[in-house]
Amino acid sequence: MIMNQNTPQRRRERIDRGIKVRCQGIYSLMSWREMTYITAPRAALIAGLLALPLVMPGMYWQRVISIVCIYALLAVGFDFLAHFVGLVSLGGAFFVGVGGYLAAILNTAWALPPIATIPAATVIGATLCTLLLLPCLPLRGVYFAIVTLMYPLFLARVIEALDILGGTDGIMGIDGFGGRWTEQYAVIGMLLIVLFAVRRLVNTDIGLVLRGVKDNDQAIRASGMNVTRYKALAVFITAAMGCMSGAFLVHIYMWSGISQFALDFSILPIAATVIGGGGTLAGPVIGCLILVPVSELLRDFGTLRIVFYALILVAFIVFRSEGIMVYAQRKYHQFERWTQV
Amino acid sequence: MDILVYGTINSVSLALYALGFALVYGTSRLPNFAHGALFVLAGFITWFFLNSLGLPYPVAIVLAMLVTAVIGALIYQFILVRVRGMEISEIIASYALGLAILEGLRWGGFKGMSYTLPVFIEGSFAVAGISVDYQRLLVVLIGAAVVGMLWLFTHFTRIGLALRGMAQDERAAMMLGIDSDRMAVVAMGFGSGLAALAAVLLLPLGNIVVESGYNILILAIAVCIVGGLGSWMGAVLAAFLIGFAQILTVVYLGSHYQMVVALLAIILTLILKPSGLFGRQKELEERV
Amino acid sequence: MTQAPLLQVKELSKTFGGIRALEKVSFDVHEGEILGIIGPNGSGKTTIVNGITGFIRLTSGQVLFRGRDIAGKPAHKIADMGVTRTFQIMRPYYSLPAYKNLVIPLFSPRARRTGGWRGGGRLGDRHTVGIDILEEIGFERDSHVPYKATATLPTGYLKRLELARCLALKPEIIICDEVFSGLSMSEIASMVPLIERLQMDGITLIMIEHRLRELFKVASRVMVLNFGRKLMEGPPAEVMADARVKEAYFGSREVREVMDHA
Repeated sequence: MIMNQNTPQRRRERIDRGIKVRCQGIYSLMSWREMTYITAPRAALIAGLLALPLVMPGMYWQRVISIVCIYALLAVGFDFLAHFVGLVSLGGAFFVGVGGYLAAILNTAWALPPIATIPAATVIGATLCTLLLLPCLPLRGVYFAIVTLMYPLFLARVIEALDILGGTDGIMGIDGFGGRWTEQYAVIGMLLIVLFAVRRLVNTDIGLVLRGVKDNDQAIRASGMNVTRYKALAVFITAAMGCMSGAFLVHIYMWSGISQFALDFSILPIAATVIGGGGTLAGPVIGCLILVPVSELLRDFGTLRIVFYALILVAFIVFRSEGIMVYAQRKYHQFERWTQV
Repeated sequence: MDILVYGTINSVSLALYALGFALVYGTSRLPNFAHGALFVLAGFITWFFLNSLGLPYPVAIVLAMLVTAVIGALIYQFILVRVRGMEISEIIASYALGLAILEGLRWGGFKGMSYTLPVFIEGSFAVAGISVDYQRLLVVLIGAAVVGMLWLFTHFTRIGLALRGMAQDERAAMMLGIDSDRMAVVAMGFGSGLAALAAVLLLPLGNIVVESGYNILILAIAVCIVGGLGSWMGAVLAAFLIGFAQILTVVYLGSHYQMVVALLAIILTLILKPSGLFGRQKELEERV
Repeated sequence: MTQAPLLQVKELSKTFGGIRALEKVSFDVHEGEILGIIGPNGSGKTTIVNGITGFIRLTSGQVLFRGRDIAGKPAHKIADMGVTRTFQIMRPYYSLPAYKNLVIPLFSPRARRTGGWRGGGRLGDRHTVGIDILEEIGFERDSHVPYKATATLPTGYLKRLELARCLALKPEIIICDEVFSGLSMSEIASMVPLIERLQMDGITLIMIEHRLRELFKVASRVMVLNFGRKLMEGPPAEVMADARVKEAYFGSREVREVMDHA
């Protein structure tokens, strides 16, 4: 059939690639080609992240890798909460600050080593954050966004004004990781574990209930379950990821201060998710891999980098771009062609 | 007695901060998180007109208000209208814009304590033994006038009634021929203008600092939540509640706790009566 | 039947702003019966469902379930007690296999206590129980139908899926919000025996319907609503013959006469 270019009856059609269809379920084990098709993206991500410290030139950039992973933890948390459970958190800095200060206190006041402070700060911090966010969970999403926006701004001012917890100087003298490689691989390892854990979680039964909070909260209520309780669970998970990244942060910098409540930690994860592709969980990681080095390069320009993230964010939201990962997944799994209508 | 005086001044200031936000949210359900940024921007624009262009003060003020209103309307017309209806995107987009404006101002060199606006009238007078400067008196008077004019405007003029109609029920307003998108632009313009008005009235009492952009946003939102998102009169009432609460805290506890009061007010409202003083219950539940 | 009714609705009222959606509606539902609720559009049928099951706050009135007042309780507590409902506008997970839609109800505390419909006790593996329920409810046995993506299923199956969602909770009452709507004749023909089967299993049904012929086959009693008020209630035959009901649906006698002669 000859396609007449002038006919207005053509349209673009997207069809799954042959290899994707052949790979459903157990048939993915059919041959090496199918198995590669399925595992290649994941293997690339894991191998890529693990190999990063080895290829980075110099300590400065190796530190950047650690920071990328910290932001990535926040961004994955944001993506999970926003695109799977429907709650938009505008204050990732809240979790980072709480987790960071907790780890700092545990380390300086009780001399616990990082391997103890990080899990402790994660759990305690997550509980604290969830409790503080509890009042706005039964209400509409706007309130959650407002309250998460406010908390980091407030806490920063309160600490500054009351001059507690080190005031503007912060808490100093915190233990580090004792070795660059430990530091980097600890963070990268946690990121990978968390990423794949959340990925598994959303496909389990309870993951389905959590996704139901966004997609179908009527069904949850009509089935006799309290939606607020599941929202709290989702917030706890995200808060845990945020607090953990905060705890890692203070051990890397060996210092804890109000800058942990800074806007960077709130805005960059959102921008990374939007650029990298929301709803994919790996997209935010890619977004961070792009944005954090760029922001380091822009460090000389001062707060211009925030302007930069903010404008990119606005552009992406307003033009409703799908994000890198979503685009990539689409290209990987489907192809397009013109057909007659 | 001084609590009464300072309380009133503080409350009217809060009301001025909050009215712009309340107007925009009430009309088009847009949470304008760039509100604080517009406030600070208006201050800097006034300073610029006054100092760099050398315009006379009254001209600078009026011009700055107009420019800010236009900027607000343009922001809405070209950016925010595309995310209309998707609440979360509206919040993120307006917040990001506000952030861009504020941090852009900071990067542009508007740092430090040296930027001020002169007061309108120098000097002070005594009210029941307390010295109050004329600027603050003006704030209270003009603030009260603004609230009154807003009431008149929304009850007796065509555009005002259209805005009120949209606030009550958007679909019904559309059926009556009110163009909701255009009205939303108008509302945003008015809201930005009100932010600018608050700025020119209140900034002479201190310095123009970028940080205050965030504080103003927090205070405006706190007032609107306590008053009920979407209710203009509720915002005024809530401003008085929070205003007096803040002054009482300053007198009895110490001045650092002012912001804490605002946060506590939000949390208490959300726990006890989430729809605020005058908010409508249906604001809260997810749609069935 | 001399025992107390299972569900007693007393003087239920609901006003939305200036609109009185329901005005002092009262009725009883006895255990094991099928009550139909009919009425022209806007008569308040869906408001009654939302009010009884807690999705809407009522202005006044009582709803007694086994003697306990449930009016004002949150929706999830009411569902947990066994008063369930279907939704007219369904929102299943379109991209997932059909049986996965039952994961949410089978996750609930009530399902875990009762084992779900046909569970008989503790809840087994959720996926297996889900497929069992679907097969019992009319999805073909031992076939691939329960595994098909929900988006590919026709409306009849989707309506059954809604009922399955309620059944997973081993309910005492199911309030069906227009289950017969949007179905073809053959789909309805297969739906009616399902409804009868549910009744035989001891479930009490309240059916809000527009399709009167099918409803009158299964319901033992029918209540008619008009403009938020209860017009009358009684056996289907009585309701069909009542002049007021005809007027509510078709307009006054004069209008009908004009229309007949036009």
